[in-house]
Amino acid sequence: MAEITSLREAIAALVRDGDIVAMEGFTHLIPFAAGHEVIRQGRKQLILVRMTPDVIYDQLIGAGCAKKLIFSWGGNPGVGSLHRLRDAVERDWPAPLEIQEHGHGDLSNAYVAGAAKLPFAVIRAYAGSDLPKHNDKIKFIQCPFTGENLAAVPAINPDVTIIHAQKADRKGNVLLWGILGVQKEAVLAAKKVIVTVEEIVDDLKAWPNACILPGWTVSAVCCVHGGAFPSYAHGYYERDNRFYQAWDAISRERDSFQNWIKTHILDTEDFAAFRRVLAESSAAGVQR
Amino acid sequence: MSAQPAYTTNEIMTVAAARLLKNGAVCFVGIGLPSTAANLARLTHAPDIVLIYESGPIGAKPPVLPLSIGDGNLAETADTVVSTPEIFRYWLQGGRVDVGFLGAAQIDRFANINTTVIGDYSKPSTRLPGAGGAPEIASCAHEVVLVLKQTTRAFVKTLDFVTSVGHLDGGDARKRLGLPGKGPVAVVTDLCIMEPDEITKELTVMQLHPGVSREQVTKATAWEVKFAGILQETPVPTRTELETLRDLERRTQIAHGNIVVA
Repeated sequence: MAEITSLREAIAALVRDGDIVAMEGFTHLIPFAAGHEVIRQGRKQLILVRMTPDVIYDQLIGAGCAKKLIFSWGGNPGVGSLHRLRDAVERDWPAPLEIQEHGHGDLSNAYVAGAAKLPFAVIRAYAGSDLPKHNDKIKFIQCPFTGENLAAVPAINPDVTIIHAQKADRKGNVLLWGILGVQKEAVLAAKKVIVTVEEIVDDLKAWPNACILPGWTVSAVCCVHGGAFPSYAHGYYERDNRFYQAWDAISRERDSFQNWIKTHILDTEDFAAFRRVLAESSAAGVQR
Repeated sequence: MSAQPAYTTNEIMTVAAARLLKNGAVCFVGIGLPSTAANLARLTHAPDIVLIYESGPIGAKPPVLPLSIGDGNLAETADTVVSTPEIFRYWLQGGRVDVGFLGAAQIDRFANINTTVIGDYSKPSTRLPGAGGAPEIASCAHEVVLVLKQTTRAFVKTLDFVTSVGHLDGGDARKRLGLPGKGPVAVVTDLCIMEPDEITKELTVMQLHPGVSREQVTKATAWEVKFAGILQETPVPTRTELETLRDLERRTQIAHGNIVVA
């Protein structure tokens, strides 16, 4: 049964150093507030899983929280490179980062296998590609019925999956809509689940086929207004494209990145305080 | 007589790519240039084109170009939005995609593409974003169209990394690998359109954009590029194509510059 708690308590209780942690959300509903709290609490040696490790994982990797990244596309969408990810891969800063690289088709279906508690997922891809040469978790198997050669990848079962959603009710049932990405699968594949939501309501007023995660599949529900910022929450707020553009300059150099993390995350109490500090520094930036 | 409309090399590349998409085609769209061209097609000659984005929207009709592959306007204008694993399983792998429309950082003479690394994989000189949905799109879409600017850095002799397979080492290699789709059928650049040779599958220049010389194409290609016996010239963009493209890009700039933070 989901416990309705603060984000600080949820991260403190449920995320351990060295855990396999998946934070999902396909450019929509990215759990930024939770990512910040993991940085704030100084988690280390995490194995981070995410189909599209964009700015949220750039922050975690640059802050030294990760030892390994399992992913399928790593960029700042619409802007360019992730400088902290590249610095870790190309120059081992702040620490060497092991990478396990997939494509979207196999990684999303590795979560499906994880949710189904099957050992692996099967897809039709990778014949002739170099990816299997550098990722020993992509193997080829023969279909026992047709003889067809297919690619297989092991199931992903995170220790903790963290997502952001629009709403929960007071029993911790969670409702999300819009671009759903792989959140439902990532939640059902995990041992523990943290969901941040825009609001907690008496009645979800959900239609019969809505994407609902019953409260008994979730460990903790935390109300964090704007918790997906600078990504978006459909029906609540839009993506802050200017932040993604600004991140390119902030993250390009180690010094400017470290100053930003200290001022905006380490020295702030929570996500609301982060938003206040960010608004102040953005206003100061505009005045200059 | 009215003067020919002036246009940029980027514009003719986008227009030439858009023209390859047939009305009614089901098109799996990558972000960036492919998305621009696919939406131009939808707003001009192909109003019934079905645009699928890997984040889950099917039949998206975005009023402005999405900045990311999961922008809200894709979901709002789609016929339906499904989960990411479903997009890959039922729709792409299920054989429901006519055209995969992709970009790349590097391409070789058999239209294999690299979006992973420049240099050595374990110590790359440039780490690129990676595969995304491209390996599955390149495997399963009935056809693949590639759009990218032509330079010797992009059109290379040997890829640093084969992320997604085109025609591998040519001939019937795709068939031997058991890949269901036909693979790349065209590569559209800012200079020309190439198509794989019927037998060898080596990319051959079929069509030059107006004012582009064979020498320019040769100079921008790191392998000894082949030309068709009879070279066509790309028709110049029509006024409608140009105005639609410019209007779309202008609306996009305005929309993305004016996002209000909640």
